Amino acid sequence: MINTSEILQTVHMITEEKLDIRTITMGISLYSCIHPDSRELYRRIYDKITHQAERLVPVGEALECEFGIPIVNKRISVSPISLIAAACRDPLTAARAMDDAARETGVNFIGGYTALVQKGLTESDRRLIDSLPEALAETERVCASVNVASTRAGIDMDAVRLCGEAVKEIAERTRETDASGCMKLVIFSNAVEDNPFMAGAFHGPGEGESCINVGISGPGVVKRALEKEARGAPFDVVAETIKRTAFKITRVGQLVAREASSRLGVPFGIVDLSLAPTPAMGDSVAHILEEMGLEVCGCAGTTAALALLNDAVKKGGVMASSQVGGLSGAFIPVSEDIGMINAARSGALCIEKLEAMTCVCSVGLDMIAVPGNTPASTLAAIIADEAAIGMVNSKTTAVRLIPAPGKDVGDEVEFGGLFGRAPIMRVSPYSSEAFIARGGRIPAPLQSLKN
Amino acid sequence: MEKKNQAVVTVVGRDTIGIIAKVSRILAEHDANILDISQTVLSGMFNMIMIVDISLSEFAALSGALSTLGEQIGLEIRIQRSEIFDAMHRI
Repeated sequence: MINTSEILQTVHMITEEKLDIRTITMGISLYSCIHPDSRELYRRIYDKITHQAERLVPVGEALECEFGIPIVNKRISVSPISLIAAACRDPLTAARAMDDAARETGVNFIGGYTALVQKGLTESDRRLIDSLPEALAETERVCASVNVASTRAGIDMDAVRLCGEAVKEIAERTRETDASGCMKLVIFSNAVEDNPFMAGAFHGPGEGESCINVGISGPGVVKRALEKEARGAPFDVVAETIKRTAFKITRVGQLVAREASSRLGVPFGIVDLSLAPTPAMGDSVAHILEEMGLEVCGCAGTTAALALLNDAVKKGGVMASSQVGGLSGAFIPVSEDIGMINAARSGALCIEKLEAMTCVCSVGLDMIAVPGNTPASTLAAIIADEAAIGMVNSKTTAVRLIPAPGKDVGDEVEFGGLFGRAPIMRVSPYSSEAFIARGGRIPAPLQSLKN
Repeated sequence: MEKKNQAVVTVVGRDTIGIIAKVSRILAEHDANILDISQTVLSGMFNMIMIVDISLSEFAALSGALSTLGEQIGLEIRIQRSEIFDAMHRI
C-alpha cells in the first residue's frame, strides 16, 4: 500500500513543481503513401495520418484526467518527406497534407518534413531544402529537420550551406512574427529516429509502421529535490539525488507511454528521458545548475555542472523504463528557459559558452535569437561547428537559430507560450564566407586514437 | 502491473464542517466504494486521502463532479488512478 507521504509527494510534484508529461508523439510511417501523382499523394498522406492518429488527442486527454498529470503536447511524427515525396517531386503537397491532417486530429505540431543528407543530397532532398521557406511560412503546424552530419558519414558541407541560406530565407518570409518560422526547423548531426520532441521529431526509416514515444519533463522537480536533500552537499550527493528523482519522473513517463500504447493499439516505442524546461517560473534547467552553486548560468563551472546533471538524469531514468531513446538528456533552449533568458540578458551566457555546454548535454544551440543581419554563411558556419561537435563526440547535436529581421543585440523577440522569449545574442562579426563557399564533405572522424 | 481499478482522492484546504460527508456523497453517487481514509488537520489545514474502488464508476464524470465540489467549497480535490503512485514509489 502506498503511504500518505508518498501520495502527497506525487501530488506536490505535479501541482507545485510542474511535473508533467511533455509530449506523447505518435510516429507514423508514410511509406505506403508514396505516389507519383501529387493529388493522390496528398490524399494518401492525409487519410493515413487522420486514420492512424484519430484517437491520439482524446486518449491523451483521458490519461491526463485519470492519472491527474498534465500531458502538455500530443504530436505526430512521420517518415522523412524527402523520401515520401521523391516520386512526385513535390514536397510542398506533402507539407500541406501534413498540416491539414494535424489540424484535423487536433495535434499542435507534426514533424517529419525532413531530409537525411549527411552523406549527400538526392534531387528530392534538394527540393525539400529549397522548399523549406515556403513550407514553413505557409503551414502552421509542420516542423522540419535536416540531418547534415553523422559520426559515420562526416559533414555534408553543401547541405550545411543550403541550410544556412534556408534559415535566412525563412526568417525573411516570417519577418512579421519575428522569424517564427525558424522555430520549426532543426538542423541535426547524428539525428535520432525516435525523438518525440519538436521541432526535430521524425519517424525514422528504421522504425516500424507506427509507435508511441513519450517525452517527459520535470526540471522543477529536480531543482526542488536538490534544495531539500542536497544543499551544500558534495557532488556525490547531488548526483544521487538527481538519479533518484529522474527515476521517479521516468516511471510516470513509462506508465503513461504503456497505457497510451495499449489504448491506442500502437506499439510502445521509447521514453525520452529529457529535462525539458518551459519559460514558466520553477521549470528551468538553468536554475538547477545555479542550485549547484553557480552564481548565474554561463559562469565558469557551468559545463561541469551540466555534465553531471545530464549523466545523472540518464542513469536514474534508464532503469525506470523498458525502452529508452530519443534525445534523452537535459535541454538548453535559451528562449524556453527563464534562467537561460535571464543569464543571456545579463550577458553571463554567450553563444560560445552555450556551444561548450552542448558538448556534454542533449541537443545543441537551441532557440537562440541572433541579429537579423547575420549573413547566411555565418549561420551555416555555426551549424558546421555544432555538427562537428556531434560528429566527433558521437552524439546528437542540433541547431535552431532565429535571425530576427530588423533586430540586433539588446533587442528581444517574443514567441509566446512554451517558446518563450529570447534576447538577441551576439555572434562573431568576422566572416566565414570563404569557408562555407568551399562545399564538399568533411570526412568522418577516426574512431580510434581517442585523445 | 495488473489493473487494480483503484484511485486516490486527495483533498487539501481549509477545514470546514462536512467535507468528508460531501466528498463521500459524490463518491457514492458515482458508485465508487471507499476502501480507506486517512485524514489530518494541521493548524486549520485539512488534508485527506481516500483510497476508492472505481470498478463501477465512470471516471471522467466522477472526476468532474469532485472538482466541481472542490470549487464550490473552496478546497482542492483531485482523483488519480492509483497506478501513478505505484509507478513512482514501488519497483
